[in-house]
Amino acid sequence: MNLTLKIWRQPDAVSAGAMHTYELADVSPDMSFLEMLDVLNEQLNDQGEDPIAFDSDCREGICGMCGLMINGDAHGPEVTTTCQLHMRSFSDGETITIEPWRSDAFPVVKDLVVDRGAFDRIIQAGGYVSVNTGSAPEAHSVPVPKDDADRAFNVATCIGCGACVAACPNGSASLFMGAKVTHLGLLPQGQPERDERVVNMVAQHDHEGFGGCTNIGACTAACPKEIPLDVISQLNKDLRTAIKHGH
Amino acid sequence: MSHSHDMDMPDTVTSTEASPTGALDGEYDDAMGYYTPGEPLVDTKAPQGPIADRWQNRKFEARLVNPANRRKLSIIIVGTGLAGASAAATLGEAGYNVKTFCYQDSPRRAHSIAAQGGINAAKNYKEDGDSVHRLFYDTVKGGDYRSRESNVYRLAEVSTNIIDQCVAQGVPFAREYGGLLDNRSFGGVQVSRTFYARGQTGQQLLIGAYQALERQISAGTVSMFTRHEMLELIVADGKARGIIARDMVTGEVQTHLADVVVLASGGYGNVFYLSTNAMGSNVTAAWRAHRKGAYMANPCYTQIHPTCIPVSGSHQSKLTLMSESLRNDGRIWVPKNQADCDKDPREIAEEDRDYYLERIYPSFGNLVPRDIASRAAKNVCDEGRGVGPEVDGVRRGVYLDFADAIDRLGRDAVANKYGNLFDMYARITGEDPYSVPMRIYPAVHYVMGGLWVDYDLQSTIPGLFVTGEANFSDHGANRLGASALMQGLADGYFVLPHTIRDYLADGPFEPIGEDHPAVVEARTSVTDRIQHFLSVNGTRSVDSYHRELGNIMWEYCGMERTETGLKKAIDLIRGLRDDFYRNVKVLGTSESLNQSLEKAGRVADFFELGELMCIDALNRRESCGGHFRGESQTEDGEALRHDDEFAYVAAWEWAGLDERPVLHKEDLVYTAIEMKQRSYK
Repeated sequence: MNLTLKIWRQPDAVSAGAMHTYELADVSPDMSFLEMLDVLNEQLNDQGEDPIAFDSDCREGICGMCGLMINGDAHGPEVTTTCQLHMRSFSDGETITIEPWRSDAFPVVKDLVVDRGAFDRIIQAGGYVSVNTGSAPEAHSVPVPKDDADRAFNVATCIGCGACVAACPNGSASLFMGAKVTHLGLLPQGQPERDERVVNMVAQHDHEGFGGCTNIGACTAACPKEIPLDVISQLNKDLRTAIKHGH
Repeated sequence: MSHSHDMDMPDTVTSTEASPTGALDGEYDDAMGYYTPGEPLVDTKAPQGPIADRWQNRKFEARLVNPANRRKLSIIIVGTGLAGASAAATLGEAGYNVKTFCYQDSPRRAHSIAAQGGINAAKNYKEDGDSVHRLFYDTVKGGDYRSRESNVYRLAEVSTNIIDQCVAQGVPFAREYGGLLDNRSFGGVQVSRTFYARGQTGQQLLIGAYQALERQISAGTVSMFTRHEMLELIVADGKARGIIARDMVTGEVQTHLADVVVLASGGYGNVFYLSTNAMGSNVTAAWRAHRKGAYMANPCYTQIHPTCIPVSGSHQSKLTLMSESLRNDGRIWVPKNQADCDKDPREIAEEDRDYYLERIYPSFGNLVPRDIASRAAKNVCDEGRGVGPEVDGVRRGVYLDFADAIDRLGRDAVANKYGNLFDMYARITGEDPYSVPMRIYPAVHYVMGGLWVDYDLQSTIPGLFVTGEANFSDHGANRLGASALMQGLADGYFVLPHTIRDYLADGPFEPIGEDHPAVVEARTSVTDRIQHFLSVNGTRSVDSYHRELGNIMWEYCGMERTETGLKKAIDLIRGLRDDFYRNVKVLGTSESLNQSLEKAGRVADFFELGELMCIDALNRRESCGGHFRGESQTEDGEALRHDDEFAYVAAWEWAGLDERPVLHKEDLVYTAIEMKQRSYK
């Protein structure tokens, strides 16, 4: 198939960016979206034009490094990561718009690459259990009900890609934060730091410039791992409880 | 043994001295003329005594560093996968000054995250006869008796601590209804010792280690440098003292100095271009250390996984693995007749199908080990009976058919067992595996080879330690399923923190400045290389060279290696490498994010590694584990090991570009286990 691609180009964090238009012929429907961009980059390189910078690493939907706004949707039309999106989801002659994640808290580094360091700093604020190596009790000393363990796993599958933020009209990272608070809050190991964790993570979230949740649900619709919206209810509940406890 | 040999030598190599292999006079070696024999490696620092006591003894003998002194000692760790993040967190908790580097935008992206199946540990929760000794035994046997027994025993011994640690961190392992941890059997072993978190165990373990690391970053004990790539090792006065790294966003070339350097930089499967590794996985950190004096051990040992999704076209950038549990119920076949290869498989009659694994291996059938299944698939495709799209004129795929299983068990039961894998397959190929047979083909998955380390995980450069897939030590010639995660976390949480303190007890070492000749030399070599790539202005992209190198490696140093093929590969690689330096096209500047420039440096190192892999494979005229030499097989085509000649680790010393590498042999001596030949007939 033949495609027209409108792609955001921006030389670095401080320069202004703009949309550029490229034509790409003979695209195979079996290509992944990123392989299609690889082919475009080979073409640009041959023509002496700087290839388009974009992030990707595992290309099997688990590392969370890739992420593009495709025709205005985070990760494009399917519920998956950009690397697992294939060109058979598009049609011959189509014009596709490709932009970086949209969020003030994720500044553009170059072209389609953004800085998601804010997510790491939210985890630093409390997204862990404080247990030093070697000090752990025997693994079977604390049973965990299977339902809790399963649900903790489900929300722990968040890959930290940032699609939730990019999709949110208010640029909130509540789904990302809620997933971590819920994961650790469901397990006995997460209880001692539960109040402190949620208070500190929310404070860091706000400090980074993410917006508050506006109850739209675009985050969960865009999430390639289908993290459910009720983790945000859990987040709010944990925050309310922590405040009641005097935090 | 005596062999007849082609004595033609490549032009770049001068004639050899008498007895060039160090072997008995009159014996030959396929790699003669490609390397120089060196002194054997005799001191591995492996403690003596009963194998079960060795690690306890070593921990006791390793000197301590008192807490007040730890903050005066600095540690650099390169890589933030399981082996790197766990070490950084643990050493940070202990109070050392740690600097950690990764090329991704966050430490959580490291490719450990993609491991699916699980992590082994000798907990014996199933009371099915498992023990530390049995895990040790299975690992040595699985590695085809090419690993160092002291290291493997220790791995099995600390495996149980890993599970405790991860559970305490909140890793959501699968559990039974009683609330206790579930286990499954994995990779053909007879006990259930694999802990798992659905098909995403690597992800959950890495997030656990990542969170422990982020906690230390917050505490100020660890400084994290994301989007930084190590491009050179600094060796000053005989010790590893730091690295040169490039900030991939600003292009700044930085010097980072420390008392000790740890490489946890992963494996080099991407030398094959197509592999299940991440796009950025590379050998540069390890290779730069190799060029500075760290020996590279058994580089030819590569694990090729039989159940991956085949290549769909020349645009292919990476390969995706599917769990080999699929072989429990799927039947593997190709058409008997070449003429049927492009037909709809559902229209090919039963009598026109060749269920070749069931035919050749009637007792094991579709469940033969990974290497046998992989090689058989290659053979039928080489015969022209492969299926799926033609890529470069060949169909490289075989059917994995669930029609019988669906008839027998029903569609729902098959969906329950394999639903997520079927969905993944459908998403990537656009085909429905419930109605059309899946297509699979082998792919490079893991490398057992890596930098040589002693029992303390220290390389041949004092002060350079190597952990995880980047070292060679635990898996011999073949790794068991669910053991990569175990080794990464064993090294990082429980081994390195003990052994590194013995080295650091002599520190802090005399400070060196940026004007130290070793620092200046390292920086200059980095900036010269960058300038070279940007100034060639040739006609071919970095990726096109990488793809061509990968084709050479896959063809001649892949599933089956022969003397003729390997010698041809070495010539081809040398020619391609020369062309690369003269004709590569890297646009842009070094002062900003430049992904082509990053790749150019990595591919340059893959050329040199690829050549050494071929030389190592050439030298090892035996079949063992993942290494199959066409010349060394039984009449039935089974792998044939030669313990009398090759029960050693091949540790290669860099001798300079276009110089012959020096081979140092570490003899493998087993005191706690008996060497046996495997058989699947």
